[in-house]
Parts: sequence; structure tokens; C-alpha cells
Amino acid sequence: MLSRTADHLFWMARYIERAENTARMLDVTLTTSLLPQSPRQAELGWRAMLGISELQPSYDAVHPTMSAPLVLDFMVRDPDNSSSIYSCLQAARENARAVRGALTTDVWETHNYTWLQLQTQLRDGLLERDPKQFFEWVKFRSHLSRGVTIGTMLQDEAFYFIRLGTFLERADNTARILDVKFHELGDGQSQRDGQSQRDDQSQRDGQSQRNGPEQPGSPHYLDYYYWAAVLRSVSAFEIYRRVYRDVITPLRVAELLILRPDMPRSLAASVNEVCGTLERVKNDRSGETARRAGLLGAELRFGRIEDLLARGMHAFLTGFLERVNDIGQGISQDFLVPLETPQ
Amino acid sequence: MVESSIFNEMYVNQGGVRSHYGSFEGWLAGQSDDLMRLKRTEADQVFRRVGITFAVYGDGAGMERLIPFDVIPRIIPQPEWRLLETGLRQRVRALNCFLHDVYHDQEFLRAGKLPIDQVLQNSQYRPEMRGIDVASDIYAHIAGIDIVRAGAGDYYVLEDNLRVPSGVSYMLENRRMMMRLFPELFVRNRVAPVEHYPDLLLENLRSVAPQGVDDPTVVLLTPGMYNSAYFEHTFLAQQMGIELVEGKDLFVQDGAVFMRTTRGPRRVDVIYRRIDDDFLDPTVFRADSTLGVAGLLDVYRSGRVTLANAIGTGIADDKSIYPYVPDMIAFYLGEKPLLANVPTYCCREPDDLQYTLEHLPELVVKEVHNAGGYGMLVGPASTRGEIEEFRDRLLARPDNYIAQPTLALSTCPTYVEAGIAPRHIDLRPFVLSGTQITMVPGGLTRVALREGSLVVNSSQGGGTKDTWVLEE
Repeated sequence: MLSRTADHLFWMARYIERAENTARMLDVTLTTSLLPQSPRQAELGWRAMLGISELQPSYDAVHPTMSAPLVLDFMVRDPDNSSSIYSCLQAARENARAVRGALTTDVWETHNYTWLQLQTQLRDGLLERDPKQFFEWVKFRSHLSRGVTIGTMLQDEAFYFIRLGTFLERADNTARILDVKFHELGDGQSQRDGQSQRDDQSQRDGQSQRNGPEQPGSPHYLDYYYWAAVLRSVSAFEIYRRVYRDVITPLRVAELLILRPDMPRSLAASVNEVCGTLERVKNDRSGETARRAGLLGAELRFGRIEDLLARGMHAFLTGFLERVNDIGQGISQDFLVPLETPQ
Repeated sequence: MVESSIFNEMYVNQGGVRSHYGSFEGWLAGQSDDLMRLKRTEADQVFRRVGITFAVYGDGAGMERLIPFDVIPRIIPQPEWRLLETGLRQRVRALNCFLHDVYHDQEFLRAGKLPIDQVLQNSQYRPEMRGIDVASDIYAHIAGIDIVRAGAGDYYVLEDNLRVPSGVSYMLENRRMMMRLFPELFVRNRVAPVEHYPDLLLENLRSVAPQGVDDPTVVLLTPGMYNSAYFEHTFLAQQMGIELVEGKDLFVQDGAVFMRTTRGPRRVDVIYRRIDDDFLDPTVFRADSTLGVAGLLDVYRSGRVTLANAIGTGIADDKSIYPYVPDMIAFYLGEKPLLANVPTYCCREPDDLQYTLEHLPELVVKEVHNAGGYGMLVGPASTRGEIEEFRDRLLARPDNYIAQPTLALSTCPTYVEAGIAPRHIDLRPFVLSGTQITMVPGGLTRVALREGSLVVNSSQGGGTKDTWVLEE
């Protein structure tokens, strides 16, 4: 198929997936912000959410203060924020429109209708009235577009490039959701050096407890709610209970969301899909990209959570995000319209 | 114009219903206003969701609008359609003969049928095409011929669109919409189907592939998603199962055209192009064009790729050439024209200019190269100021204009704010020429929604209707 067409399909899928995961991330942040805590802590929660999306500077440029309504506004409806749900759904729809001939009518109409309905939802104040319902809506539109794709599209290259976009974006986004807790702790650099005042709570459990002392007085139940919220944000709370039949511990949450190949939003599952799809669309240039993806997949498949997190969850996730980004660049070079700037 | 002198497609003057509308009118009378309002809202919602929109130039990039759709169909009885169809085939055959002639032996010109300067000095004439042989000698593969009905109900050809005529997707979507909204109507009326148009088009495009290509790769070349007809480009490419390409997707190498695919370059044999000649090849035509493909003309001239329509068809649909089409039919086919032209004054002729200047308030004056309802004056609908302003433009460049009497276009009952009222309509049938001529019954009916307006172009606030040819 045309490289340009493949490019639009790939980004269409990435943007709808990104919108979904942004909704998930906002949802978890909103939920945890309702826990009993100081205003300072609540603000840190929102800052973390922006930090993980690499949006703190652009937020600060338009909003001098930090508050839940302002962050929600910025992350949902701000057309100048290219990562807002509004911008993502618009970009998904514009990409779909550019190649609507390569989509089934059902897929195109789903994207188009999502975009039209979004404007109605925002105009009618659903976000302010019931943010949770709005996030549900975003998630379901994304579910629908994925389902319609699987349910109606011929399984040819068009289909595969859509899938490639979906899973590459999901690998990236799940890693960011997992990492959001780290950003809540403030300056990332000092944390990486093991100098922070607060522990990275993901490493509190068992063997991975290496990065300094546990902060005294941090109520343990907050931890529980935090990780429960993370699990819920990726629809994994019930799955966790079924798989582990145990209390919620950060290490197991990490294991579930990083290594479990049968957990559909885990890093392992996402990278697996990327590898399989790359194999189906391979051409005579794509060997190196496939090799890198395969290597990453193998590490997730055969790795042990304790080893992966030996240097801390944040270090692992940072490395993972870099490699996913590298694979994305490779895909663009090998098949699509080469990226001018890294996305 | 006196209202009663206007031909109404549904009613005869004293209030009776024309027989071919009998069944429909009876059905309509039985529908409640509420139901019809509901159906019209539904149609709007579906068009919006499906994204059947067009961009309006000057409205800001990316502005999309719906073309208003009217649920009362325009119905053509079978005998009238047979006459139209025969006349259209004849006309398009003659136009293709003319195009071949004009770029080869120029017999028509040498026979003195048309002033030679009027062709050779015309900006639509492409000297690059002189002596070039195109597949099957066909130039206008897709022709959209605008037909109007005036006076007591006579059909006239208003203009020939031979460059990149658009609108066929609306014809198809309108039918789909009517069948969705009112399936029972299609049980009660034997409406000739049109949905196979994309099949005919694909067959047509494949039939004109370069010699020696057995299984041609056909693509549709679009200017991109901000073009007003982008919906149609995607629609047709999808319906035919061919790639929708932009100029940047194509490149020329080793004397052939290729497209960039995820598996490397792939040879292209037939390009159904929906961009104007001027933008096709920046090395030959407009150098600032980013829509075209560098080197395309060379490949085309060597016969290794087919362009549909051919380069240079504009010379045959130029409004200053239009008055000579009946002569072309006599000259090339030895036949009597079956469809009449509208009387036309060529302002390049002093007598015609004189007449035009004296009768501006009654005439329609059009730019010879323009289309889409842009750059025209409708005398009876214009203020004195607008007429005077136009007079200056006309005097500055008389050869750029033609004038025609303001035709009392036929009307068809149409939903407007106050209920149902007659509105003026025209008809654009699509004629496909390849190794044979094919067409689907009917075409796109456009309707001028403003009361009294004669301008049906979608860019000027026109709407569309489903067009029924009734089978007997």
C-alpha cells in the first residue's frame, strides 16, 4: 500500500489510543486526588500527570496556578495542547479522513462520529458535570474504533499498520501510567541517582527495595489506593485479584503490567503485538527494526521482574520508553513517511 | 419571468400532476409533516456522520459543509431519458473527435468551421499535446454534461464539463439516502439503479490502459483533503478499490510512473486525475505546483501512462467553443444534433458584444474558462450597481465572456422553510468514454434553494436531489 496511506493509518490508531490512555491517566489522577491528603500532595499528583506526558512547561506557559479544573481543561479540551484529548481525537479523525478510502465505511464513520460527538459533549459541559462519565465515553469510543476495525476490516496491510500504531502507542502509554507515581516525587534526576528523600514506592516490596529509606509516616493505605487506582486505570483491578488472589503490592502490579503476556495492556503484550505485526508487514529494509523490537520482546518474555527493576522502576521505564521511541522511528523510516521530529 | 410560464417537473399549469409523478405525489400526500421533518433531520444527521461534505473556498481551510439534500426526487420518464441518452452519446462522441482533430490534423479548423485563432490562442489549448496519440483516441473519458429544461419543457445543453467534472458521488449517495429513508418508494416505483457507476468507471479506466498492459494498475490522483471534492475522490477510489494518491506519492523513473508503497515502488498505468492540467507537472506547467508529479508529461507523451481525462480537454469545454459543438456533430458524425444548445453570444464578436451590452439586465454572462458558478452575472437577479461593475469587466476583456438569454429553468417542488415550493433545477449526467460509451440512467440533479435563484452550484448555495429514471 501507499506509504502515505500507511502513515495516516498508523497515526490514526496512535492518536485514538493516546486519547484513551490520557482519559485513563486523568481518571486515575482524579481518583487519587480525592484521597485524604494535603493540598500540596494533591497538586503533586496533578504535576506528576503533566510531567509524565512531558507537558509541564506548556501547562505553566498558559496557567500560572495548578488546580484540578485547570489541568482537566488543559488535558481535555485545549486545542492548543497537541496532547489534549480534543487534539488527539481531532488528529485521529483528520488522519482517517485523509485515507477514508482505505478504511471500511464503519471505521471511518466511527472516527468521524467520535469527533462530532466530542464537540457536543464538551459544549454540553459533560466534563465539568461528570468527568468520570466523560472519560468512560472516551474509552468506549476507542474500544469501538478498535472493535470496528477488527470486525470489519480486511486483514491486509491497512489493518496491520493500524494495529502497529495501536500497540506501539499502548506500550508507550502503559509505561507512562506506571511511571506517573515516580513523577509525583518531584525532580526525576535526583531520584535516578538514588538521592531523593522519598522512596520510589514501586520498589518498596521485597528485593527491589534499594533506593533509600522508606519515608516515615507515609500512611500505607494511601499506597494501596494509589496502586489500586493504577490497576483500575488500565482495567486491571479484577484481573490482579484473579491472578494473584492476594493483597496489592507494587511489585506484583509492576509484574502484571510489565511482564504478563496475557494482560492485554501490559508492556509484554503490546510489544508482542508489535513484533508479530512487524513480521507480517516486513520489507527488505525493516530487518533492523524487527530485530530491535524482537530483542525488547525477548527481554520482557524471559526477564524476571526483580532483575528488570534492579535499578528501580523509573530507570527501567525510562529505558523502555526510549526503545519504544526508537522502534517507532524505525517503522517510520522503513515503511512510512519519515518523521521530521521525534514524536 | 412569470411563474406560470415556467415548466414545473411535477405539476401541469392548471394544478394536475404529471403522470410520471402520479405514484410519488400520491405517496407524498399520505405522509404527515412531522414524519417528513423527521426524515429530513435524519438525512442531515446521516450525511454529517458519514462525512459527505465539501470544502468551500474562501471559507478558511478545512471548513466543511453539507450539501443540502432535498427528499423530493426529480423524476424523468423513460422516453425522455432515451432521447437524452442518445443525444449525450452523440455529443460526447463528437467532442472526443474534435479533441483528437484539434491536436492532430485540425480538419475542422481548416474547413473554416471555427476561427483558427480562437483555438490556437486559447489558454486551454495545450500545444504539448500536438501529434500525441492517446489510448483509443479518447480524451474526455469522463464527461459531465449540464442539461437544463426551459420554455415548454425542451431540454438544452448548458455546458460541457470535460476537465474534471465532479458530483457523481452525490448522485450515488443521494440514491443510497433515499433508499434508506423511504424504502417503500422503491417498491412502488420502478427506479432504474445507478449504483453500478463505479464498476463502469473502473472498466472504462482499465480499457484505456497503455498498450501491452494486461492488468493495469489504476490510481486516482487527488489534490488532497482540502480540495472541495475530496469526499468524492475518496469515495470513488474506495468504491473502485484503487489507491487514492497525491502527487507526492508518485514519481517518475526510467520513463514510467511509480507510486511509493510500503513494499517499495509500484508501477502505475492509468491515472484518473482530479487535478487541473496546470498542476500536473511542475516541470512543464505551473512550476509552483506541489500537487503534481515532475516528469509526468514526458511519460504521458511516450504513451507509457494514461491520464483520464487527457491533458488539453479544456479546449473543448471552453464556453467560447461551446457554440460550435452542433457543427462538430454534423462535421464528424454526419448527424443532426439531438440535443440543442442554448443560443450564445460570443462577446469577442463586435455584433454579439454590442447586443450583450445593450441587454445586460436580461442576460446571463459567463467567463469562458470559469466553472462552478464563479465569475458570472445573472442579469435579472443583479442590482444596477453589479451590472455596471460587470459591464466594466466585460469591456476590458470582451473575448473572456459569452452571454446567453436567462433561461426559465424548469422547477421541481422542494422543501423550503415555509413548506414545499418550486425551485429551479438542472441535471448533470455523466458519460464515460473508453473502448465504448457507457452511462447510468439519470445523473445529479442540482437545485437552487433560494427563491427565484437560477444558480444551482453547490459552491453558491445549491442543493441536490435524487434523480429517478423510471423503467417501463
